[in-house]
Amino acid sequence: MNHAIILPIVLPLISGALLLLLHRAGKGFKRAFSLLATLALIPIGAALVLLAGDGELRVYALGNWSPPFGIILLLDRLSALMVLLTAVLAGFAALYACAGEDERAPNFHALFQFQLAGINGAFLTGDLFNLFVFFEILLIASYGLLVYANGAARARAGMHYVVLNLLGSAFFLIGVGTLYGLLGTLNMADLAARVGSAGPDSAPVIAAAGFLLLVVFGLKAAILPLYFWLPRTYAAASAPVAALFAIMTKVGLYAILRVFTLIFGSEAGELSLYAHDWLWWLALLTLAASGIGALAARTLQEMIAYLLLISVGSLLAVFALGSRAGLGAGLYYLLHSTLVCGGLFLLADLLSRQRGEMAGALQVGPTLRQPMLLGGLFFIGALAVAGMPPLSGFLGKLLMLRSAGAGSAALELWSLLLVTSLVAIVTLSRAGNRLFWRNNGKPAEGPRTDPLRLAATLGLLLSSVVLVLVAQPLQAYLDAAAAQLLDLAPYLRIVEGGEA
Amino acid sequence: MEALYAITLGVLVASGVYLLLRARIFPVVLGLTLISYAVNLFLFAMGRLVTGAPAVLGKATEFADPLPQALVLTAIVIGFAMTAFVLVLALRGMGELRTDHVDGQEPRQ
Repeated sequence: MNHAIILPIVLPLISGALLLLLHRAGKGFKRAFSLLATLALIPIGAALVLLAGDGELRVYALGNWSPPFGIILLLDRLSALMVLLTAVLAGFAALYACAGEDERAPNFHALFQFQLAGINGAFLTGDLFNLFVFFEILLIASYGLLVYANGAARARAGMHYVVLNLLGSAFFLIGVGTLYGLLGTLNMADLAARVGSAGPDSAPVIAAAGFLLLVVFGLKAAILPLYFWLPRTYAAASAPVAALFAIMTKVGLYAILRVFTLIFGSEAGELSLYAHDWLWWLALLTLAASGIGALAARTLQEMIAYLLLISVGSLLAVFALGSRAGLGAGLYYLLHSTLVCGGLFLLADLLSRQRGEMAGALQVGPTLRQPMLLGGLFFIGALAVAGMPPLSGFLGKLLMLRSAGAGSAALELWSLLLVTSLVAIVTLSRAGNRLFWRNNGKPAEGPRTDPLRLAATLGLLLSSVVLVLVAQPLQAYLDAAAAQLLDLAPYLRIVEGGEA
Repeated sequence: MEALYAITLGVLVASGVYLLLRARIFPVVLGLTLISYAVNLFLFAMGRLVTGAPAVLGKATEFADPLPQALVLTAIVIGFAMTAFVLVLALRGMGELRTDHVDGQEPRQ
């Protein structure tokens, strides 16, 4: 058993606990400690990616109880990749927070670490109830991170976010409970084996439980009827928190992918892939609605939140295709959209700081202190997120379009994806026009951007360039990850007593 | 017993949903609590309802499934923490927004 698998959960958990114990320690110590603990996740994540690269499934049996009796952590290519992505995003977000945002909440860094523990746990767990527990850990940390410091907007958005997610947790428990009651297990691989052999009379109830889970994951991933909380919440959150939250929608997408390709995957008998039609239409509707939302956004932060939603819609659509090419392309776009949207949230904060009272409002405001620098950054981010060549958004969208093949699916996906890309270009150029090209003649209000914040923003935005440079080996890895997800036999072999 | 149990859960959830839709913070918190009670009872029932059976294998031919009990315990603890958090958040909202409406502003008449 390789103990590296549990490190991404244990390390932030211990660092968070220590940060709570040492909450009277100096600012510098807390920052250094938290930053170090967050950055340490990057080599761990990279090691896990290398480890998972050989295509073997690795199971970490907690307490050495063999599955399905004990709880397991499951490392495959996808989960390793998600852990690495979280680590990279969190590293830059923590760096940005260390420039001063963390002074407004005494336990900012502790909450940040707990959030990371929850996110990594959700990616690594192989047990449905544990997924619930890790969801709750990441949620309660995110509640704290969202509402810290003063601000009526945050209190308002926070209440909606918390109540909705509490209701979501209730749905999650009902779904999990029903699955346990019918199938007698909560281990995902074991569930996959037993759903396949369940009798036809229990199949409708199992399907209903699956849909309940879909509601919960849909709420987290923010797909159509359940996304109205997201723009307000993300716009109200502080910049490093909003950047970190860019991965939270991906946690929901990851859970959808796990449950509906493994548990209700190709081995699930008559329930096999039963939700994919729903996912497809929900995804297309999400794409359309978030495109309209982006056009109507009144602040820069809100606009970026809608751009994030567009990426959620596109990702869900290609995941719903269910093909290897679709999954591979989607995973590439997932990496790109998470990092770039995170970077854009940071950039929006840099701009807001120099615009004084106007903050992120998309109106003509005072001159900026560093118009060339910030304008240049905005240009890079806009090119990347809208999917213009030569950055990673273009590559990701191209791969997704190609994966749709030919036929009616291609027609629907191509038209919506291209129209939303156009919408993104329109809103971004309108925003750029108001923010950089025109001003109301008043002098800049905020201070110059400090190097730490700039480095964090630049790092995230330039990751788009890195994704293009390493596209070929990365694409090979992602293609293998997609193939691994679709080949269920090794997963079913995890549980020896199971049907497989 | 199953019918009574199911009706109890139904009434709890119905009351919870009604309270949630009142859109004032205190009823909303009570509603969430009622719903989480119902969910916990539901989880518990997923081990099948039996009375007087030990939760130990091999002691009797009929035994109670201990796993849902463990799940419920976890769910109760988490639900309790979440309720406490909502209450604190609600107090802050009252202080900052001067209203107990969940939208943070009084609805237009």
